Amino acid sequence: MTDHLAQFIVAGLTTGSIYALIALGFCVIHNTTGIVNFTQGDFVSLGGLVIYSLLMSLKTPLIFAFPLSVFAVTVVGAMVERVAIRPARSRSVVILVFITIGVSVFMRGVFKILWGKNQMGLPSFSGETPISFVGATLIPQNLWIFGITFMSVMSLHFFFNRTRMGKAMRAAACNPKAASLMGINVNLMVLLSFALSGALGAIAGIIIAPITTLSYDIGVMLGLKGFAAAVLGGYGNSFGAVVGGLLLGVLESVGAGVVSSTYKDVIAFGILLLVLFVRPGGILGHSETERL
Amino acid sequence: MLRIENLHAFYRGNEALKGVSLDVGQGEIVALIGANGAGKTTLLNCVSGIHTDMIGQITFNGKNIAGEPAHELVKQGLVQCPENRQLFGVMSVQENLEMGAYLATGEIQGVSLAKRIEDMFLKFPVLKSRRRQLAGTLSGGEQQMVAIARGLMSDPKLFMLDEPSLGLAPIIVEDMFRIIKEMKNEGRTILLVEQNALAALALSDRAYLLETGRLTLGGSSTMFVKDDRVRRAYLGNDIDVEHIFDDLLD
Repeated sequence: MTDHLAQFIVAGLTTGSIYALIALGFCVIHNTTGIVNFTQGDFVSLGGLVIYSLLMSLKTPLIFAFPLSVFAVTVVGAMVERVAIRPARSRSVVILVFITIGVSVFMRGVFKILWGKNQMGLPSFSGETPISFVGATLIPQNLWIFGITFMSVMSLHFFFNRTRMGKAMRAAACNPKAASLMGINVNLMVLLSFALSGALGAIAGIIIAPITTLSYDIGVMLGLKGFAAAVLGGYGNSFGAVVGGLLLGVLESVGAGVVSSTYKDVIAFGILLLVLFVRPGGILGHSETERL
Repeated sequence: MLRIENLHAFYRGNEALKGVSLDVGQGEIVALIGANGAGKTTLLNCVSGIHTDMIGQITFNGKNIAGEPAHELVKQGLVQCPENRQLFGVMSVQENLEMGAYLATGEIQGVSLAKRIEDMFLKFPVLKSRRRQLAGTLSGGEQQMVAIARGLMSDPKLFMLDEPSLGLAPIIVEDMFRIIKEMKNEGRTILLVEQNALAALALSDRAYLLETGRLTLGGSSTMFVKDDRVRRAYLGNDIDVEHIFDDLLD
């Protein structure tokens, strides 16, 4: 088993990267609205589906297809906010969460009509030639996933800490009333958070599609795992989301390797439950009491 | 500059303001005093566009602004420093100031944003060493200074201060009134809501008394201090009010 440990870790970090991106999407929307957005998984599906059509049907070069797909899902994310969430913003969080569940079911229905129920395969970004690395075998797509996830997390960090718009989003999340008194359009910030979550979901869907089988509902399980990762890290904490994602991916992969891959999901959610019994706020979450 | 005419505001079905009319002129400091729950904060929130359940006329520099969203009003130079500071607690002091200049990123009278932030630290030296600290971890007095500095970052035409001395230690309260006095000397137009009526009257040119949603008195601040009813209800009858008032004026 130990011979394969490196391999399990590489596989775990790969899926963990995807979980981290999805978890970040959950965080961004949670921070501006306080809700859990269940369309996050569908953003993942849509990213994969759009790039599939662009690459396979329209023969668009990857270098254009990637940003176009991300852009398309970004727009869809913004539309979800504008059409479904904003008219009900004055309602309670529970109602808004249920609206996102409804929109999620609707989106999956539309995907099924447009792309069918068949499973689809997507080629890797740059071939399948394996690379050996400290006892593990990597395919180039693993490196793409690590690289793109790293870039995305860094860009997001830069956006939230160094740009005026990113800081305004944090301000609106922290204290919407004060933000509007400073001239920040809080509605616009909420719209942007959905757009950003759409982009994060799309990136996750696009980079994982080549190493899995793509289908209209690929995002459902990935979305749940991403949600679990976000909770594991401390819901709403961006750094926690990344840590939670990678940790969940690695534990799940190593656990599946040791026991059996049949129990992969059981292991993932079992870990989640265990952590929450010990630390209800998540690994990096805040304790229940807040400074007033 | 600001004129409110016959403003009615509603709060959970109750009428919080029952036909309020007041005005604030260019360069004036106007105090709004009154007991807890009289509707002072509601009045400011109506002007700021945060409280929308209202009817009446609010004009700012000759333009009707009633019903405009809060963020649009900031563009026009109308800024509120809210009650209880309402800082962005998980952001640094510096970031809080940057957010105060969210719509004023360019130069103001030839002074760049970076320079204005430095100027603000000259004005509030205690904040300089805390510029990287999270605003939520500051003491109450420091937080109030950040709130005022943040509000001033866009160089507002009308600055509305809601209870700047609330919950602060007496020595810090003095600091706060000194800061307001400085703003007065700089010629800033201010609408000041304050429970510390005596200090508010000492700082202001004119004052209004708000009682359960109605303005029951309006006039020069010196007249207020001499008014028997105001003295009895808001200034405390047994102390030498005029003496303290004169002290505050110096």
